[in-house]
Amino acid sequence: MNRRIAAVAIAGALLASCNGVQNVMGGDGAESANFIRLFTLFMVLCTIMYLIVVAALLAALWRRRRSGLTVDDRRHHQISPIVRPALIAWTALVVTGLTVLTVASFFIDRSNAATASKPAIHMTVTANQWWWDVEYNLPDVSKTLRTANEIHLPVNVPVHVTLKSNDVIHSFWIPNLAGKQDLIPGRLTDVLLLARKTGLYRGQCAEFCGVQHAQMALDVTVESKRDFERWYSAQLATAKPPATPLQRAGYRYFTTRECAACHNISGTPASGQVAPDLTHLASRRSIAAGALPMNKGNLYGWVADPQSQKPGNHMPTVGLEPNELHGLIAYLETLK
Amino acid sequence: MNAAEKAKAPPIKVPRDGPRLTGDALKAKLAKTWGNPPGFVGWLSSVDHKDIGRRYIVTALTFLALGGVLALVMRLQLSKPDNDLVGAARFSELFTMHGTTMMFLFAVPVMQGLQIYLTPLMIGTRNTAFPRLNAFSYWTYLAGGCLLWVAFVLNIGPDIGWFAYPPLSGPQYGVGKRTDIWAQMVTFTEVAALAAAVSLTATILKQRAPGMTLARMPLFVWATLVTSLMIIFSMPSVALASGLLLSDRLVGTHFYNPAERGDALLWQHLFWFFGHPEVYIIFLPATGFVSEIVATFSRRTIVHYPIVVLALVGTGILAFGLWVHHMFATGLPRIGYSFYTAASIAVSVPTGLQIFCWIATLWEGRPRLDVPLLYVIGFIITFVIGGLTGVMIAAVPLDLQLHDTYFIVAHFHYVLIGGAVFPLLGAITYWYPKFTGTMMSDRFGKISFWMIFLGFQLAFFPMHIAGINGMPRRVYTYPAGMGLELPNLLSSIGSMIVAAAVLLFVVNMVKSYSFGRKAEANPWGGSSLEWDTACPPERYNFAHIPVVESRTPLWDAGEKMPVAHGLRVEDREVLLTTVMSAEPDVREPSAEPSIWPFVSAVAVSIMFICSIFSPWAVLIGAVPATVALIAWFWPKSPEPDAEPTIS
Repeated sequence: MNRRIAAVAIAGALLASCNGVQNVMGGDGAESANFIRLFTLFMVLCTIMYLIVVAALLAALWRRRRSGLTVDDRRHHQISPIVRPALIAWTALVVTGLTVLTVASFFIDRSNAATASKPAIHMTVTANQWWWDVEYNLPDVSKTLRTANEIHLPVNVPVHVTLKSNDVIHSFWIPNLAGKQDLIPGRLTDVLLLARKTGLYRGQCAEFCGVQHAQMALDVTVESKRDFERWYSAQLATAKPPATPLQRAGYRYFTTRECAACHNISGTPASGQVAPDLTHLASRRSIAAGALPMNKGNLYGWVADPQSQKPGNHMPTVGLEPNELHGLIAYLETLK
Repeated sequence: MNAAEKAKAPPIKVPRDGPRLTGDALKAKLAKTWGNPPGFVGWLSSVDHKDIGRRYIVTALTFLALGGVLALVMRLQLSKPDNDLVGAARFSELFTMHGTTMMFLFAVPVMQGLQIYLTPLMIGTRNTAFPRLNAFSYWTYLAGGCLLWVAFVLNIGPDIGWFAYPPLSGPQYGVGKRTDIWAQMVTFTEVAALAAAVSLTATILKQRAPGMTLARMPLFVWATLVTSLMIIFSMPSVALASGLLLSDRLVGTHFYNPAERGDALLWQHLFWFFGHPEVYIIFLPATGFVSEIVATFSRRTIVHYPIVVLALVGTGILAFGLWVHHMFATGLPRIGYSFYTAASIAVSVPTGLQIFCWIATLWEGRPRLDVPLLYVIGFIITFVIGGLTGVMIAAVPLDLQLHDTYFIVAHFHYVLIGGAVFPLLGAITYWYPKFTGTMMSDRFGKISFWMIFLGFQLAFFPMHIAGINGMPRRVYTYPAGMGLELPNLLSSIGSMIVAAAVLLFVVNMVKSYSFGRKAEANPWGGSSLEWDTACPPERYNFAHIPVVESRTPLWDAGEKMPVAHGLRVEDREVLLTTVMSAEPDVREPSAEPSIWPFVSAVAVSIMFICSIFSPWAVLIGAVPATVALIAWFWPKSPEPDAEPTIS
């Protein structure tokens, strides 16, 4: 038993040590808070059941020194009178406990479903191997916003997310806010996010979707309504034109060479649609769906050789000359 | 001899076992009749269930070791964040091969191996029904396992996960032959499993010793019957699933292609309609081991035998109503989910009742803490955790968070290792003298038990925490700073301890084979019929077919087991009895050894493997397979002295 207690203590310590940007016990959204309530109830009842089983097992083994109803006494077919009432009690306990858990699960599930009644913001997240295409769909279509690998959410505002996939099955999962939902080609699924606390969180693809499944994360920012609106209008703006000669060289390369075939930068001729939108790339927290933190060095590494950074991803290594690379990075860094 | 002379000639006396033919004279005749032909061809021709069962067990344990090595490599890669020991592509192959090997090539086959070996001994007959089908089953299984592993070694192993969801496994994303090899390996194993299941079902229903009514059947045999029926009902579903996938990939159908009005979710329904029962196909035989071990080491019968039987049957039925709990995140209607939540939680009731019966048996008896019983205790302590986390993830709101995380990885390893491998290791220790004639070392057995038990907890308990801290399964790396470093490091250390312990277990097996203490017929004082045979049993199992008068024949029979007489001794014959009450019914010829099941399996394997490369292989490959099958079933010329087989 000491080992078990030690295990529980270690478990507690481990739980406490996490910083919680991607944690099912985060409780930072309505559904996630419901999760904690239900999880706690299940843990308590299951722990009681477990302790009863282990205690009964130990008692049965402890008792072995006494004589038993065994073949050595030719009484191996007999059962002592206590077993039958014990069986009835055990069955009643198990069935009652499980019924309580089932009913609790139904009620929490209904409560989660009810949250979805009046969403204020609609967005669409489309999964691709291995990045997230994000679109905010406002009633005013001129304010439709497209970004990639990050979402911003206003706190305490229900957000309805339509989920699609362009290739294989993925799963959309921001554990601090809500449970996961699969994105399935040929089907539409959805999830409702109701964030309760501002902060920076992390989502991640939860269904194996190919070689870079591990590097398919999503940066999530929950902020006040004002901050959200500020962010939104900044994101709606088109990219600023390049200012220095180096930036202009990068701009020229981007818009006339390989990059523009796949990537879009609003306000420029680059309008590819099959890869992440880069209009405000430099304002994001990470590169390549959470594979690398956003900074100049990583941007260099990524653009110079994406295949060594995230092997198997669909961005080819172009083979840039040093001056082309310097120009591109200088330009990309202006995309705030 | 013309017809008239033939009619006049006195009937030839066919020697039969009985009071006048008993003892060594009988044994010599039976050994000759039931022996294998000499040489390597004779070895390939064997239809003896003991040979086939042993081959199944040894092969499956080899695959366990191979799958375990893959697990160790994965644990090394995951021992620290952002590790680069194994690349992303290789890691996908590692977990696909690990899962596929463990589920298809280890867990189900090892259980069937033990069932093939033990069932005829436990029910008192000389061989399984359809012995050649059994031999065919083994060779097919071996070919499927070799296909997968040769492909892996040649770097064309599958990399799409062991449940191979399309479209990732479809023609557009799963390019090359990797997925075809996976899907065809599934075909091999399902043919093998179905063949063995049919053979076992018929054996149990028709070949029980006289007097062994259904209500007197050992619990392991009940578990075998239930799992065999489950295989018969669930395997066709995965056969259909993998067949449609191969057809999508090889001949351009669109069953799973949403762009052409196929449906990616169809696969998940078909696969899990098999995949969930499969878990119980692995687990129920393990509960059979537990029942036998608990009874023997408590020195009494299992308390409330009918409840255990009903629990087995109930689990077997409920297991078919749970598959959607693997699909809670796919956006199916919520009301429908509620049914599967209730069913998934309800399936723990029969298991809870079985656990009660085992503990009550230990309470009533005088338990002797030998190695097999230690594994049972380890099983209860470990498995119940897995069962309870299973109850948690049956609830939709909990599953939506925990699904596809390391919490699930922890859950199913608690259920499959705690619930099936622990009892399996106990069962191997328990029946080892029956398999080999020698006992396994007790000291090594105890050391490896404690190492496995404690190492397992260290390896898998922290995975719950990793899952709660947001680690999805099937990731080749994870970032630092999310609270994943410590749980992963502990898991990696624990896995090394488990590996060392399993190695010790294997060393113990190998060493005891040559140097172990010689075992008498019934070294543990067991009550069921297999302990009435020699260790290891003779080719013919029983000199006389035993007659059963209670659930524990060896404990109740006194000095001399009652036996039935009258089976031929110069031809292979088994006694068929009635399904319910096991009254003697018919004397039935049993198949002679034959090379043709092996040849058929080779022909079918060539057909299966070539069909990965061209659909024409199905047509052309069917010719040698048909020829081999015709030779296999070629009727024997009727004997001149044919007598009715009904006695």
